[in-house]
Amino acid sequence: MAVALLLGLIGAWGKLSSAPATRLAAETYTTVIRGVPELILILIVYYGVPTLIQDVAATMGFDIFVDFNSFIAGFLTIGFVYGAFATEVFRGAYQAVPRGQIEAAYAIGMSRILMARRILLPQMWRFALPGLGNVWMVLIKATALISVIQLPELMRNTDIAARAVRQPFTFFFAASLIYLAITVVSMVVQQRGEVWANRGVRRS
Amino acid sequence: MELIWKSLPRLFDGALLTVEITAVSVALGLLAAVPLALLRLSHNPFLRLPVYAYIFYFRGTPFIVQLFLIYYGSGQFRDTLESVGLWIFFREAYFCAVLTLTLNTAAYTAEIFRGAIQGVPFGEIEAARACGMSRGLLYRRIILPKALRLALPAYSNEVVFLLQTTSIVSIIALLDLTGVARVIIARSFEPYKLFLTAAVFYLVMTYGVLYIFKKVEFWLSGHLRERPDDSVKAAALR
Repeated sequence: MAVALLLGLIGAWGKLSSAPATRLAAETYTTVIRGVPELILILIVYYGVPTLIQDVAATMGFDIFVDFNSFIAGFLTIGFVYGAFATEVFRGAYQAVPRGQIEAAYAIGMSRILMARRILLPQMWRFALPGLGNVWMVLIKATALISVIQLPELMRNTDIAARAVRQPFTFFFAASLIYLAITVVSMVVQQRGEVWANRGVRRS
Repeated sequence: MELIWKSLPRLFDGALLTVEITAVSVALGLLAAVPLALLRLSHNPFLRLPVYAYIFYFRGTPFIVQLFLIYYGSGQFRDTLESVGLWIFFREAYFCAVLTLTLNTAAYTAEIFRGAIQGVPFGEIEAARACGMSRGLLYRRIILPKALRLALPAYSNEVVFLLQTTSIVSIIALLDLTGVARVIIARSFEPYKLFLTAAVFYLVMTYGVLYIFKKVEFWLSGHLRERPDDSVKAAALR
């Protein structure tokens, strides 16, 4: 999630940037990532990228062996995929901050960074939290896919246990309840976070 | 490059299976979702709560867990299923995949429809009641058509997600697009070439689906657009 947040901020900045090259790069990133299933991307990163590096190295005359740790491959891919989703959320949040406030900040002589820190980011959190909450929920569920590359996370361990005692239904159902519990806890945290981010807003 | 060229026909077959599974699940899920959304909005807790629990469960757990629960988990009840003659279905990976995808998408779609039904302006419902429409007629003529239009953007997202979710069924050895790519890779050891080709296939399918939905949205919003004929507007202004 940390990787996703960072990439999301960079991506949103890229999409709103005035330079066409960065805008194009950010646009390609979100378009491609959102059009391709996570499973394919996980498999590309875990199986594809090491061989790609090896092939490239071989053509340059090096004979190396690259192997990704499944944990690193897993969190890089998940971060990369959900960075694209977070990009869209941040872009929406940025556009929801009233233009006049940004102009006012410049008018009283704030620098770009000060403006971003004091005016933009505190308000963006408020608009971005519901969207980020959604991204987080989907991300939790996507982590189950990493079991495909044999990372011993919840799903993989359940699989091993279920095979050992031959009670697949019991074990997978238990696993699903654990995921459900994580979802419920995230919902509560998200609600608290929204209350916190909205503390300065008057409600009718 | 040659390998990619040679495997294109097989990847294409896989893509067809992906499309087929997606289409069947979307159709069945849609059929189930409308009544589910209505039950979810019912005032009777005995109707509402089970549907709520079902939606909550399927939206709160990963698809892969649901798939394993149904595909591998059904094995635990093999004797019972055999005695009622359902085992022949649960033995098939294809059946389990479609069943899980349908249950999964029905839950998400029902939630989208619930939001859309609640989004129908109350004034329109009131007006229909004032005209003396019965409940059934009200739903059929006013609420559902309007809700369908409101739900369309969110629903197109759901269909795209479902299309991408189908890649997971390759894990239970179905030869969909991802499955075919994995089989070819197991023989040729060229992972990135084939996975990237498969990714391009998915990209094309995703944006194809989005294009179709854009067309449907355009077609359904005809009454909201300006008339193409300018002379009519000019005459009205005069």
